Formats: sequence, C-alpha cells, structure tokens
Amino acid sequence: MKYTEEHEWLDEADGIVTVGITAHAAEQLGDIVFVELPEIGTEVTKDDEVVVIESVKAASDILAPIDGEIVEVNEAIVEDPAKVNEDPEGAAWFFKVKPAEPGQMDDYLDEAAYKAFIG
Amino acid sequence: MSALKRTALHDLHIELGAKMVPFAGWEMPVQYPAGVMKEHLHCRARAGLFDVSHMGQVILRGPGAAEALERLVPVDVAGLAPGRQRYAMFTTEDGGILDDLMVANTGAHLFLVVNAARAELDLDHLHEHLPDVEISHPTGRGLLALQGPGAEAALAALNPAVRDMRFMDVAEMELVGATCWVSRSGYTGEDGFEISIPGTMAPRLARALLENPEVAPIGLGARDSLRLEAGMCLYGADIDETTSPVEAGLSWAIQKARRSGGARAGGFPGAALILRELEDGPARLRVGLLPEGRAPMRAHTPLFAGEDAAEPVGEITSGAFGPSIGRPMSMGYVPAAMAAEGTELWGEVRGKRLPVTVAALPFHPTSYKR
Repeated sequence: MKYTEEHEWLDEADGIVTVGITAHAAEQLGDIVFVELPEIGTEVTKDDEVVVIESVKAASDILAPIDGEIVEVNEAIVEDPAKVNEDPEGAAWFFKVKPAEPGQMDDYLDEAAYKAFIG
Repeated sequence: MSALKRTALHDLHIELGAKMVPFAGWEMPVQYPAGVMKEHLHCRARAGLFDVSHMGQVILRGPGAAEALERLVPVDVAGLAPGRQRYAMFTTEDGGILDDLMVANTGAHLFLVVNAARAELDLDHLHEHLPDVEISHPTGRGLLALQGPGAEAALAALNPAVRDMRFMDVAEMELVGATCWVSRSGYTGEDGFEISIPGTMAPRLARALLENPEVAPIGLGARDSLRLEAGMCLYGADIDETTSPVEAGLSWAIQKARRSGGARAGGFPGAALILRELEDGPARLRVGLLPEGRAPMRAHTPLFAGEDAAEPVGEITSGAFGPSIGRPMSMGYVPAAMAAEGTELWGEVRGKRLPVTVAALPFHPTSYKR
C-alpha cells in the first residue's frame, strides 16, 4: 500500500491500482454526501481532477495519482456516500486504474511515512 | 488581524472535542466528534445544545423605546405585548436589510439579539438614530440555545416554569442559580429555547443540560443545515443590504400597523420602496430549490431558465445537504414569474447544467409549541 500527500491510498494487485482516500482524509472532510466518479475507459493523467466529493462542509477534488486508464469505479459509494466515512480504506474504494507505465508509485509514501506526514 | 474572541464555554468545547473555527471574529465550535450529520439528526430527534454566545445582545431602555425602535424596523414593536418576542430587521434607505434580529419586550425594557458579524454596525446605527434611548450591550452574558423535541423536558428539569411558555414567549427565570432571560424560540424549526445567562454561570448551565442523556452539543455546521431545512435566512448569505424584506419573503414580519393605511405606517428607512413593493409585488423572490440528484448546489451557483440559456436568471444563496430530508436543498433568488412552486430551472455546477425545482419552504416541517 502506498499513500500520496493528497491523502489517497493506492493498492496495486495484478497490474491494477485501486485508489481511495485515507481514513484521515475522510475524517477531515466530515460526513460525505455526494460522490461523482469518472467514466470507465477514461484515460487520465496524473493530477487530473477525476473525482468530486462533497461533504457537509464543502466540495473537494480527488486528483489522479498516476497516468492510466480507469477500468472500474465503485458505484456503491455513489449510491451511498456515507460508506466513505464508514470504511474509507476498504469497501469504499473510489476507482481502479490500469497504469500507463510501471513504477509510477515508487515515489509515494509508505504507511510509516504517511503516518509521519499527517502527524 | 485581531485575536479571535472566545465565549464563556470555550473550555467546555475543547473538553467535548469540538473542532473550533473562526466565525465572525469569534472562535466557535463547528462540530463535535459526532459530526454534522449525527448532530443534525440528534437535534431533530431529541435535544441539541448550541453555544450562540457570539450573537450580540442589546438592551433598549427608556420611555418610548419601542416607538423609537420603530424608526429603524418595519415591524410593530409598540404593539408587542410584555413577555413576547418577534422577528425584525433593520432596513436601509435603499430598502435593503442591514441586519435581522429578534426583539423581545420583557416588560421592563426591549431585549434584542443581533448577528455577531453585524453587532458593531447595529450598535452604531442604534446610537446614531435613537439618541433618546438608553442603549446597553451586555457583553458579559452568554447565549445558549436548546432545541429539539426533548428541549422542554430537559429545561423543565432545571425550572418547571418553562413548560408554561409558548412559542415566542420570553420570561426572566432562575436556572442553576442564575437569573436568565429565556425565550421559546430558535433557529432550527424545532421547539426550543434560547437562554441569555451571565457568562460566569454559562458553563454551569451547559454542563447541567449536557448531563441529561437526551441532550448533545451541536456545532455551527449542523446549525446551518437545521436552519436551511427550516427555510430560515442566514444574514450575509440569503439576505443583505441588496435584498429587500419583501424579495426575501419576509413580508409576514411587517405587521399591518406599519403598512400603508396602518396606524403607524412607514417611518422606517426605505419605507417608500418597501411599502410600494408590498403592494405591487417584488421583481424577484427568495424561493426554496430542490436539486434533482445528489449534488448539492451551494451559494453562488448561477440559475438558468433553460439548459442552454445564455444568461442566468438568478443565483443560489444557501445550499447544503439536508440530513432530515435525505437530499440536497438550496435557497436562492429568481424572477417573480419563475417563483411558483414546481418551476423547473437549471443550476450550473462545475460547468454542468443540472435540473433544480422551485419548492415550498420549509423543507422540513416546523414543530413549534403554539
């Protein structure tokens, strides 16, 4: 598992990277009431705004952490955005992306470094 | 930037784990660990305790204070019976709203509660226009709101006399050994009370109420979603110096005595404009708006008459997710011709036009004890 300074987690398995937001991010955002996910097949470039989430407080964008193609999205969190607060690092993943090239996650934080980052 | 002011309950908020934010020059709890959604629902189901000590408390004394205040508000103050309170607004010469407020007639004097961000301006305004009235601003007092279906029982445990109060009654009474000014009113649409108490005694009252398992602390976040579901205006968002009381749908607050033909018609700033608007109808109106789908339409979202219309016809002034109605809700201004319930409009969110329908206010029914 890798983490970004934008509070996303990335979990790579069988050449596909699952992306979600960290429990820390979910807590900071507060109750999430709306999620808009990208369409399957979208080619994304790192730092593209791919997801919109709105909490009771405000709207935020989730940026694509790597270049690649969106291959799956989690419709369950669109239907019930509260799931993101309940299980952000498990059932409430956001999307799966097939990396354009390998090695893009190498510079991201490991769990210990992310924990140090959020203090 | 000057230091933020703290209320008498600051230490209690920290102890309760509140997230504190700057608000109108004050450091205020925006939410507690339960979070906005749970706090909102708790207030609707049981009872919520709010620290609203940032709001300005003002006392007007002297013979003729009520008649004098009528020079600044389009409201019947002289006819306000002792022990009663009503909603009012300071108007501007242009027919806009300088601030909205509550006015109570305690029998001995008038007691005003004004918005924190406008308190200094209001005081200057009062001093300038009411030189004949004794004006005081008791900054040492806290203000607590206890709201929700469990509010009466929770407060009655401290003084059973509160049970005798009806919506918009005011009374002076003892609570936790302090002399308090209690009104049966609030900003949530629920039955409840607002309690002015000496700051030194405010923590004791708050702790006594929070000992009751029905009562939970509620932050400013849920206060905003509660008032929006109840269809109430937020000064600085839904009403300001550019909106008239009539456009804002607040004509109900302008009693007969102050309207054309009334016993004390006009005589407040902007009267000519406001009275004409009352008769002819305003060009635009504040309405409730229900977005289709789940995306909230927040303040400043432009409104269009059609999906491809070039020019906006209005703008959203408040918008949020409504926890009790389970969907997003907004308020905003639209041309009078588009203000009928059921009118379909479009709001532009992140470059996309999304459908939104004019809807009746409040979004969630009020439950006052009449």
